[in-house]
This record gives sequence, C-alpha cells and structure tokens, in this order.
Amino acid sequence: MGYTLNFAVVWRNFGLLLSGLGLSLVLALVSIALGVVIGLVTAFVLNGKGSLWRGAAVAYVAAIRNTPILILVLFTYFALPQLGVRFDKIQSFVFTLSLYAGAYLAEVFRGALNGVPKGLREAGLAIGLTEWQIKSSIIVPVMLRNALPALSGTFISLFKDTSLAAAIAVPELTFYARKINNESFRVIETWVITSLIYVAACVLLAALLRLVERRLAIPR
Amino acid sequence: MDFAFIGVAWTARWAILSGLGISVLVSVLAIVAGSFVGVFVGLGLTFGVRPVRWIARLYTDFVRGTPVLVLILSSYYILGTVGVHLDAFQAGVLALAVFCSSHIGEIVRGALQAIPRGQTEAAKATGLTFSQTFIYVLMPQATRQALPSCVNVAAEIVKASTLLSIIGVGELLLTTQQIIARSFMGLPFYLFAGFLYFLVNFGIERLGKYVERRLAISAS
Repeated sequence: MGYTLNFAVVWRNFGLLLSGLGLSLVLALVSIALGVVIGLVTAFVLNGKGSLWRGAAVAYVAAIRNTPILILVLFTYFALPQLGVRFDKIQSFVFTLSLYAGAYLAEVFRGALNGVPKGLREAGLAIGLTEWQIKSSIIVPVMLRNALPALSGTFISLFKDTSLAAAIAVPELTFYARKINNESFRVIETWVITSLIYVAACVLLAALLRLVERRLAIPR
Repeated sequence: MDFAFIGVAWTARWAILSGLGISVLVSVLAIVAGSFVGVFVGLGLTFGVRPVRWIARLYTDFVRGTPVLVLILSSYYILGTVGVHLDAFQAGVLALAVFCSSHIGEIVRGALQAIPRGQTEAAKATGLTFSQTFIYVLMPQATRQALPSCVNVAAEIVKASTLLSIIGVGELLLTTQQIIARSFMGLPFYLFAGFLYFLVNFGIERLGKYVERRLAISAS
C-alpha cells in the first residue's frame, strides 16, 4: 500500500474546516428560513382554487423537484447573469437553495395541510375569525406541528445539499476539504475527517430537531 | 440567438446523446447495484443479530449523514490512494450505489417493520424457513409498501448522477458544460440540460405510478 496515515495536516487546517462548517450551517439556515416562507405560500396556492396561480405553483414544484440541484446552482450562477441578473456567489447559492427548499417544503406542507381536520376551520368561522386569522392562528400552527417529522428529514437533506456550493467556489466545508486535499495529498485523512464532521453535524441536527419535535408534537 | 442555439445543439447532437446515455447508464448501474445491496442492508437492520444490526446501522447512518458530493469525491480520491484503481466512472458509480443502498436499506427496514408480527409467526408455525418466509410472505407485501419510496430514490440517483461531472465523468452535465465553454450559450444549454433531466425524472415518476397501480391490492 505504501500509504501511512498522517493527520497532522488535517488538524493544522481543522479551523478552516470548522469555519467551512459554519458557513454551511448559515447557508442551510438562511435557505431553509426563506424556503419555509416560499413553501408555505406555495402549499396554500396548491390547495387553493385559482387555476392560473395553481398551475404556476404546480409547474414550479414539478420543475424544481425533477431537475438536479447542481444544474440549478450552475444555472443561477453562470446563466442568469446573461439576463442581467447578477448575484455574488453566496447570494446566488442561497437564492437557488431557497427555491429548491421551497418546492420540497411545499409538498411537505401540502400533505400536512390535508391532515388538518376540516372542523377546525369551521370552528374558526363559527367564532367569527377572518380567513387570514383562521390560517395564521389555527391552520398553520396545527399543520406545522403535524409536519414536524417530515420537516426534520427535509431540513437535514437541505443541509447536506449545501455541499454543492463548492461547485461555484463558495468557501464552505466541502470546498475547504477539496482545497486541503489538493494542497496536501492527505487524501484519506481529509475525506474521513470531512465526512465525520458532516455526520456529526447531521446527528446533532437530528437530535435537536427530535427534541423540538417532542416539545411541539401534538399529544395524542 | 435562438436559431444559433438550435444550430449549435444540432452540431453537438451526438455529444449530447452520448452524455445522456452515460447519465442513464450510471444511474441504472447505481440503482441496480444499490437496490441489491440495499435489500441485504434492510434485512440486516431488521432481522440481523446484534453485531450485524449495529454494523448495518452504522453504515446507513454514516452514508446518510454524508453529502453525496463528499461520497463521490471520497470514493474517487481515497480508492486510488489505497491502490484500488478505478476510473472516474467506476468510482462515481460505486459512490452512487453506496448512497442508493443506504436509502433502500432504510426503506426496506420501514416496509418490513410495517408488516404485522403475526405473519412471521404464522409462517414459522407452518414450518417455513427464514428464506421461504422472506420470499413468500414478507417480500411481496414489503415491495408494495416500499415501491413509491424506491421510485423517489431512483429519481434522486438520476439527479445525483450530475455530480459525477465534478470528477470528470462525461455525462450529460459535463457534456453540456463543454458545449457552453465552446459556444458561450450558457442560458439555453443549461435550460436544455435541465429539461432533459426533467423528462427522465418525469418518466420515472410516471412509471412508478403505473407500477404502483398495477401492484396495488384491489379492495375486493
């Protein structure tokens, strides 16, 4: 084999990897926050009647869900400037991941919306709430609590998708891993440590989300 | 601009077709190999003795906690260093197959656990061996349960196959990027590639729906 493990280079650059992880988490957090808003609006449009808007929402969800995210990322970063839409790398990636997240979350929310009992809406109408009040203070909270298990899965997979930002040289975790790999040739060490960092982050994230789930789930 | 695009696309038609072919080939190989391994991972997760179950759990959690891009880069760089000489295509297929197997493993576990315990016990009581129980009792039911999720994984793999462009496999995305580098027509060609992926995934989704309908137990 002729390869001796030597983790020294990776430890020396560990701060770099951690700062990359920090950016990955920030990218995920911002995109998820924007994606939740987009997803909520899209889910209500999908469940609504207005045929034109509904058609647009169906097309948006189908187009995004059936296109590889790498193509979306490259498209926003390299092709949109030809139309005069210019972002810097990070904005471009957040924009893409938010739209991507929105399409996936819209499906999750739509499923959860269908699980909200009809009686709640009728009860809201009966006590004289407006349509907006019913949505914002009855349906959305119940729906969100129903959607929690599916949401945590989507959140974690969106966090992992931030690794694609490396393709447009956003300095997140995978970007630094490739950099260290290319500069030091400590191939095994770099990728083992990088994977472990991702796994650890995912495990922590999952534990955190499960905690939130247990706190917020509707008792049965 | 539009006519120029059609001209360039026509000139590059064989390149695009071969790229699409490689994408499909990569995906099919990864899905077939991944599903095969995944069934065993799922069995290990559900019925394995304790050490087997732990190993299967560790494997699925580790793979599912790592972004696909990191899996692909690791497989490409690490295996070469250890002395297993795979070209980019083989390393990429291996990474996608591993990714696929962990997801299929989880799906199979979920499907098997959804089957009431009484059935396994009944099979045991009638004297079936474990493999007979699996083939005649568990698998037919688990397949119905697992199929929709498996179709999702298949679409996921097709989308993930774009990531092989990063390690230099000449699939559809890399071919597209090469054409863009020659012609400077980023916008139409990214859209075109996205559209081709959309068609493939849409086809998979339709096929899945059809098979699901065929396999569904009629409610009589």
